[in-house]
Amino acid sequence: MDIGERRKERLDRGIKVRTDGIYALMSLRELSYLTVPRLVFILGILILPLVMPSMYWQRVISIVCIYALLALSFDFLAHFAGLVSLGGAFFIGTGGYIAAILNTSFGLPTIVTIPISTLLGAAICTLLLLPCLPLRGVYFAIVTLMYPLVFARIIEALNIFGGTDGIMGVVSFPNRWVEQYFMLTMVLLFLFGMRRLVNLDIGLVFRAVKDNDQAVRASGMSITHYKAIAVFIASAMGCLGGACLVHIYMWSGISQFALDFSIIPIAATVIGGAGTLVGPILGCFILVPISELLRAFGTLRIVFYSLILVAFIVIRSEGIMVYGQRKYHQFERWVKV
Amino acid sequence: MSDHSILQIQGVTKAFGGILALNGVSFDVHEGEIVGIIGPNGSGKTTLINCITGFIKMTSGKVFFRGRNISGKPAHKIADMGVTRTFQIMRPYYSLPSYKNLIIPLFSPRARRTGGWRGGGKLGDRDTVGIDILEEIGFERDSFVPYKIASTLPTGYLKRLELARCLALKPEIIICDEIFSGLSMSEIASMVPLIERLQMDGITLLMIEHRLRELFRVANRVIVLNFGEKVIEGIPEQIMADEQVREVYFGSEEVEEVMSHA
Amino acid sequence: MDILIYGTINSIALALMALGFALVYGISRVPNFAHGALYVVSGFITWSFVRAAGLNYLVSIILAMVITGVIGALIYQFVLIRVRGMAISEIIASYAIGLAILEGFRWWGFKGMTYTLPVFLEGSTDIAGIPVDFHRLLVVGIGGVVVAFLWLFTHYTRIGLALRGMAQDERAALMLGIDSDFMAVVAMAFGSMLAGLAAVLLLPLGNIVVEAGYNVLILAIAVCIVGGLGSWVGAVLAAFLIGFIQILTVMYWGAHYQMVVALLAIIFTLILKPSGLFGQQKELEERV
Repeated sequence: MDIGERRKERLDRGIKVRTDGIYALMSLRELSYLTVPRLVFILGILILPLVMPSMYWQRVISIVCIYALLALSFDFLAHFAGLVSLGGAFFIGTGGYIAAILNTSFGLPTIVTIPISTLLGAAICTLLLLPCLPLRGVYFAIVTLMYPLVFARIIEALNIFGGTDGIMGVVSFPNRWVEQYFMLTMVLLFLFGMRRLVNLDIGLVFRAVKDNDQAVRASGMSITHYKAIAVFIASAMGCLGGACLVHIYMWSGISQFALDFSIIPIAATVIGGAGTLVGPILGCFILVPISELLRAFGTLRIVFYSLILVAFIVIRSEGIMVYGQRKYHQFERWVKV
Repeated sequence: MSDHSILQIQGVTKAFGGILALNGVSFDVHEGEIVGIIGPNGSGKTTLINCITGFIKMTSGKVFFRGRNISGKPAHKIADMGVTRTFQIMRPYYSLPSYKNLIIPLFSPRARRTGGWRGGGKLGDRDTVGIDILEEIGFERDSFVPYKIASTLPTGYLKRLELARCLALKPEIIICDEIFSGLSMSEIASMVPLIERLQMDGITLLMIEHRLRELFRVANRVIVLNFGEKVIEGIPEQIMADEQVREVYFGSEEVEEVMSHA
Repeated sequence: MDILIYGTINSIALALMALGFALVYGISRVPNFAHGALYVVSGFITWSFVRAAGLNYLVSIILAMVITGVIGALIYQFVLIRVRGMAISEIIASYAIGLAILEGFRWWGFKGMTYTLPVFLEGSTDIAGIPVDFHRLLVVGIGGVVVAFLWLFTHYTRIGLALRGMAQDERAALMLGIDSDFMAVVAMAFGSMLAGLAAVLLLPLGNIVVEAGYNVLILAIAVCIVGGLGSWVGAVLAAFLIGFIQILTVMYWGAHYQMVVALLAIIFTLILKPSGLFGQQKELEERV
């Protein structure tokens, strides 16, 4: 058939009775239509540690979770609050160093260091980023890219916090099961929490700040205030990841300000589907294990995911998740014109 | 300086580089009246709004709202006091349905202070208030219009949505930036009574307009700007008869038309 | 006195590193975050021609610059053109390309061993009692010539004027029949060649290392941000400002602070005056 004679028709499948955002579930089939994908996702994630073949791959799961938290934070900031932050490493480093200091200098146990470093780290990150919040687009991206670098160099130059050697002797999680299930639970909690948040009234305000900040100002709200809240939430996720990373590796060093933590979450978001919140996490579950497989090749893995990122940007991919959602909710067929 | 003036603009001057966009503009707006500001393109009308509402900083001059100096305050503080504005280029939150657009102003501190709907702040509470406001402003409640994604709305509804955003703040004064422009005749016909009703509800309006005929119907007083300076101020009949205004609008057919009707 | 001499040399070096970045951004509004990678690429190509292939030094330099220019043009033509106008995607895409190139070199064994380029002229001389080698003097001389050449090129040649027209108003330039995509490719090629020139001039002073790529990128961004993105004159002035501050901090505090100065300069300039110290764009500070 010639292209001029046919067109693609897309039809919704699934729930019959619905209007935007409100569904009337009429049958068990419709109920499962909505819940099965979520249940599969949650159960799949919870089973993962049990089916992993070795200790090494179980450890990889924890690392995936850290990247997943970062990717979630990037996606939230970029696509729901309009702040493209290239400084994921800054959150990881801040959270990590705070946890390490609390543990080694004050002898606090894991159960205390992780919440404290999450909140304190988020507060510190927000305070430091506060002057940059009025910046738009590119400028905010550049400035956040510079933050982790400047902190790494300052730690190196002043030789504080262990200097280039880092802080060693941080306690680990009680055992690997606690470690993995804690990380996975956190990812799930934050994922569903964020999904809820962006649809709450305050979530709409974040999206409004992204869409049209002038109208938000004209509505009598300070955009800086809401941007700061968004940065606090996002950096809390990053700092949590950082604190866990330190406890997993039992070590904190300037490599936590390294570029890996800034670039992988972005790549995962682009691959998984920007603005979906689930997509970035799926992206991490795909990208990080592949990158681990390539660990033997050293820095080649950075080349690998940089090129994947470029490829996805160049073909302007919508991302796995957006594609999947469309295929799930609609079916397509060719019709004659 | 009468005590019932709600907004006092004193010598507002704005320079962009070396160019004076506004040069010492002064006037008062009284409680409950509709004041129109007209002037040819580039006469500084929108700049004046931006200066009053704090979206750009004025070079010199003062603005008083109910006797309090609001010049130099940030835009959101000024809006928080009840001085609201619409935008000439309407940019709603495109991805949200119309009634969800109102969640944002309803979430603001001012709306939370003034709203009579604080019933515990449950989910969906603001949705109801939002739909009420939209109905008030001419969105048919039972139709699908309030639930449509804002990007699919026609211009007339977008202008109303801008007004609704101001109304959600329980404003004392609404500054409209060309609320009539771009509308069809029938849309204007339904907009005029809306403006009149707002006035009856006790809201002061400051309107910047290009559509002189409609403005002269609703306005109590009109101020003419040209090259950033106030040319004349007076009741519509006075303005229409004025020689200077004819000079400012020389050649403009619409003015000729309006003048001949007068 | 030594501050003056070292400061001038350092400033010219910074200006050389930054000019390519400033040129590309100024004309096509593409923040080329692969700039540092192109710098290293050029150095490596020169090295392989001179040391591995045994070609004449001057020939290899010219070849290296041309190849770097072609690589830059290819990057634009096949990648960046697809995300033209989406500034964030441009940054991420070009940065990822730079990362891929640099880490690719590192993986390929481009570390550990020392890769050096010979200096152009051996020997040194004394200026006011301070020994300065000939090569550094040459860098200062060539740097000055490059700045002058760029100025003449953009003010008096057809293509240069077209580039400047595009920098000022792309739509107007389009209406006047200037092919903006082609011009952007040209700008990218020029910018990359300038990165290559900076590399062959500056790399003989030290080793060719992958880290240089990151440092050059940061320094170039610092100079351009402080000078005001898109302003070449600003970039040159900012290079002198940062160059002298760097030398002062290195002399009084230590070498570690050299990059800290550049990074803090970026952060503080963006916070306090996003349009840069010498930039003319007011839109950033006042936009409704």
